[in-house]
Amino acid sequence: MSTTTKPVNQKAWLLVLPVIICVAFSAILPLMTVVNYSVQDIISPERRVFVGTEWFASVMRDEDLHAALWRQLTFSLAVLAVEIPLGIALALSMPAQGWKASLVLVLVALSLLIPWNVVGTIWQIYGRADIGLLGAMLQKVGFDYSYTGNATHAWVTVLLMDVWHWTPLVALLGYAGLRSIPDAYYQAARIDGASKFAVFRYIQLPKMRGVLMIAVLLRFMDSFMIYTEPFVLTGGGPGNATTFLSQYLTQKAVGQFDLGPAAAFSLIYFLIILLLCFILYNWMQRVGTQEKEGVE
Amino acid sequence: MARIDLDLAHAYRPNPREDSDYALLPLTMSFRDGGAYALLGPSGCGKTTMLNIMSGLLVPSQGSVKFDGVDVTRATPQQRNIAQVFQFPVIYDTMTVAENLAFPLRNRKVPEEQIKKRVGEIAEMLDMSGQLNQRAAGLAADAKQKISLGRGLVRPDVSAVLFDEPLTVIDPHLKWQLRRKLKQIHHELKLTLIYVTHDQVEALTFAEEVVVMTRGRAVQTGSADALFERPRHTFVGHFIGSPGMNFLPATVSGGALRVADRPLALPPGRTVPDGELKLGVRPEYVVKTAPGDPAALPFTVTLVQDIGTHWMLTARIGEHTLKARLNPASRAPQVGEEVWLQVMGTHTCLYLNDELVDA
Repeated sequence: MSTTTKPVNQKAWLLVLPVIICVAFSAILPLMTVVNYSVQDIISPERRVFVGTEWFASVMRDEDLHAALWRQLTFSLAVLAVEIPLGIALALSMPAQGWKASLVLVLVALSLLIPWNVVGTIWQIYGRADIGLLGAMLQKVGFDYSYTGNATHAWVTVLLMDVWHWTPLVALLGYAGLRSIPDAYYQAARIDGASKFAVFRYIQLPKMRGVLMIAVLLRFMDSFMIYTEPFVLTGGGPGNATTFLSQYLTQKAVGQFDLGPAAAFSLIYFLIILLLCFILYNWMQRVGTQEKEGVE
Repeated sequence: MARIDLDLAHAYRPNPREDSDYALLPLTMSFRDGGAYALLGPSGCGKTTMLNIMSGLLVPSQGSVKFDGVDVTRATPQQRNIAQVFQFPVIYDTMTVAENLAFPLRNRKVPEEQIKKRVGEIAEMLDMSGQLNQRAAGLAADAKQKISLGRGLVRPDVSAVLFDEPLTVIDPHLKWQLRRKLKQIHHELKLTLIYVTHDQVEALTFAEEVVVMTRGRAVQTGSADALFERPRHTFVGHFIGSPGMNFLPATVSGGALRVADRPLALPPGRTVPDGELKLGVRPEYVVKTAPGDPAALPFTVTLVQDIGTHWMLTARIGEHTLKARLNPASRAPQVGEEVWLQVMGTHTCLYLNDELVDA
């Protein structure tokens, strides 16, 4: 042993080995299979050709994909724009304690317990012009509503369905954040003469920042991967009006069995979500924490 | 600035029946305009309840609160124009130190130039001038508490400033400094300050008058000197002082006093009612005397501690123990030794049913 270099203990690697193995089987190996498909043209189980980045290039040029990506982005942003403020408003109006609080919590959480495809089915019937409560009522008041015939109606219906299904999650997270604010903050605000809005702006909203960040990330990721509900409700139509990225991918991989392009797109899809979440996370981390200068 | 009169009781549960149902038993109390008061008592004695009733965060279940003779029992803190500082720092995370200090003024639509001037003064007072543009969220606990104190003091026209154990989270050396600062502020601004604490040193150094509370009762209001010399209730004697007052059960019949089956001479001219009493004497006033002194009793020494300036003696007579602070000039008593300690003197108090018997 020399006097200048410290002895390195490689035994530590042995201790992290189980984790590495677990992660390898649960995440890395499946991902590598996808990588494997994405760079080969598989003609038959025996014959395959290495194609390099060709699938990536062709997927990137695909007009249908561009359309699906824009549709997806608008949809996810609309989901956030509606569900986050609505969820906060719900959380603020929920009772804080007593049997009313328990009752409201159960009622609010109800829609979260319904399986995705059932949600799709519920809305499919709900919106039908002949027997659906919503559809028939809109027809009665003279609004020619049809989620199967009108692209805008279909898109808005999918959005409404997602808002109905998932706003409670935002509300519950926000509610948890609100309940963790110590009473002293509200008391101090009363002493300081703060208005209701000031209490919201300077106490409740900053204290909810952490849970809201989780809510935004969860809702963004989930809505970006939405599949089952629009598939059951509209099947992606009319035309391609509600074909979001997951459905586009499934059509490629299962419908047309284009495994190569589908694999290439899967990787791109994954990277897009990763990138957008990274951006969202960093942006939300910075909101309200940056150094303020020059206060009047 | 206002004179505060309380005549109330408070119970957190509806329909209180017994004394223990009350957080505050019926009491009448006045706080002079411009006075510095401390509410002193152990945890759960009702001092925070009393403070919240004064600030308007809590409406008493019975009785009234008056500011300068005007009934404000149901008025909000905003209407009472009162300031309160809490035990744990409350700061507005998204604001800078200056914005935090300015918040109570901004909410009351004070002109900007005045806010700026006032915030500058308060920051100066609290030694925070250099940190005004820093975000409050990133500061240490004691700096945050200084901001809370600052927010309490920033309005010059408040009826009173109430402090609810504000120095709990502060380092000891800063505690002294901030307490002196508060006294100084009181001196300069002539605000009515009411300070809740369970620390007797804090209460006695801060306040002109201390209200000692226990189990929902205010047992004595007085200066530090009065609380030390003439505790009106055994609780006060026991709670104030370190260690607190010694109590020995005494029996009086026909004007003659007996403690631990031994006669004890009363000072000339002092008379006491017959019955079961308690004799209270502070460790500071117990003196070692010659055997047979009629104002003394024989004790057996059980513990001797050298506390630097004094000997702290623990001694027994029968089943009763007594603590005494003895002059270090005297020879240190030995454990097991019998000493005669004078317990009856001008500073000795007598209690009937825990209340002081006036001479």
